[in-house]
Amino acid sequence: MNENSLAEIRQILSAVCDPEIPVLTIADLGVLRDIKIVDETIEITITPTYTGCPAMDMITMNIRLALTEHGYKNILIKSVLSPAWTTDWMTESGKEKLKAYGIAPPNPTQAVCDSKLFAEAEAIQCPLCNSWHTRVLSQFGSTACKALYQCEDCREPFDYFKCH
Amino acid sequence: MNIYNAVNSSQSPDDITSTITSLSDGKVDLLLHLADTALILSQRNAAWCGHGPILEQDIAITNISLDLLGQARNFYQYAAKIINEATSVTAAEQVNNADGLLEASEDSLAYLRTEREFKNLLLVEQPNGDWGQTILRQYLFSQYQYLMYQQFQQSSDQQLAAIAEKAIKEVTYHVRWSSEWVIRLGDGTPESHTRMLNALGELWTYTGEFFMPAEYEKKETIGFELDAIKQPWIEKVTQLFEAATLPSPSNMEGVFMKAGGKTGIHTEQLGFILAEMQYLHRTYPNSFW
Repeated sequence: MNENSLAEIRQILSAVCDPEIPVLTIADLGVLRDIKIVDETIEITITPTYTGCPAMDMITMNIRLALTEHGYKNILIKSVLSPAWTTDWMTESGKEKLKAYGIAPPNPTQAVCDSKLFAEAEAIQCPLCNSWHTRVLSQFGSTACKALYQCEDCREPFDYFKCH
Repeated sequence: MNIYNAVNSSQSPDDITSTITSLSDGKVDLLLHLADTALILSQRNAAWCGHGPILEQDIAITNISLDLLGQARNFYQYAAKIINEATSVTAAEQVNNADGLLEASEDSLAYLRTEREFKNLLLVEQPNGDWGQTILRQYLFSQYQYLMYQQFQQSSDQQLAAIAEKAIKEVTYHVRWSSEWVIRLGDGTPESHTRMLNALGELWTYTGEFFMPAEYEKKETIGFELDAIKQPWIEKVTQLFEAATLPSPSNMEGVFMKAGGKTGIHTEQLGFILAEMQYLHRTYPNSFW
């Protein structure tokens, strides 16, 4: 295996998507951290968005399947926790795809959860009508990585990919 | 000897405990304590699924349950790795072993240990009670867990530090969410206030165990004196209880504190949880979907 195979592997993995948010690839999400070829083994490093993210097992399986389909055999998939995943690692194109899909992307200014109680929720733009007139319904949404908001103008509830 | 075989052989529980304790200076015991505590609270909270007072909070408590399950898995996986290395179970042996029983794994540790081998805090095995009791249990625990993970982030054990660094981001949400609910209910209606007082009566005597170090919580193993986080915890709780118009911890000083969970001496509650949680795996070993 050589540089060409590395490029090909990158190409193959660019088709592997997050099972919960199928419009995002694992590279868009920042879950795919590293691809290396050590001797004859492909070493792939991934990191979970959230500790309990149930999608990780499926992502691991899908990476293996995609590579096996293209004839690659020795595959080692490592999951690392540190440095801990942050929404900063999400690509700009990923954020655009997220919004088009109806999920508000994480704000560029990072309002990470702190211990302040009853803090005013950060302003989140409605991904459907672009209004900033929205309110938080719950810091916990349909998956561990999202919060639940509602737009006060178009009245639609929507998911927000919360900063982390 | 490894944990799976130990559990399934005719050895006495004492032999099992000493076998595991001798591994890595109590590191395995520490990891199992952290894992068991996260797992049992996760299991308790999961029982709210479909029963929460309103949909958003039903989703919140089950999200927290999922976060805790993730933490438990990380600790079990790490413990299994240490056990397997210490008992020199090689990958080849695992594959060659026809019945596949040789390997310690997150599943064998979670599903195939008995009540006396579980090292979770007594607090987390207590029944859900009403919403107030579930909220208060979550707050008392999350505040403790937050301070503890803060310390673990500095650990010389890189894997332990990494698990803590990852999890503390989520625990921050747990602390904030449960704190806000303690205030809403404590300083809410006469009915909600009374219920919070009842919850406090049920749960307070289980909090002393947080700070009573087990053999495996010596400074050499955990990297800090457990006692060092006691005062910060009391200060946080005092502040919150004041906002929630609940009695100050200083008024509850000197009450008898129950302990034992860290060394496997549990209240009658744990057996029932384990029976329910482990039933499927024990009945249909290695099944999954």
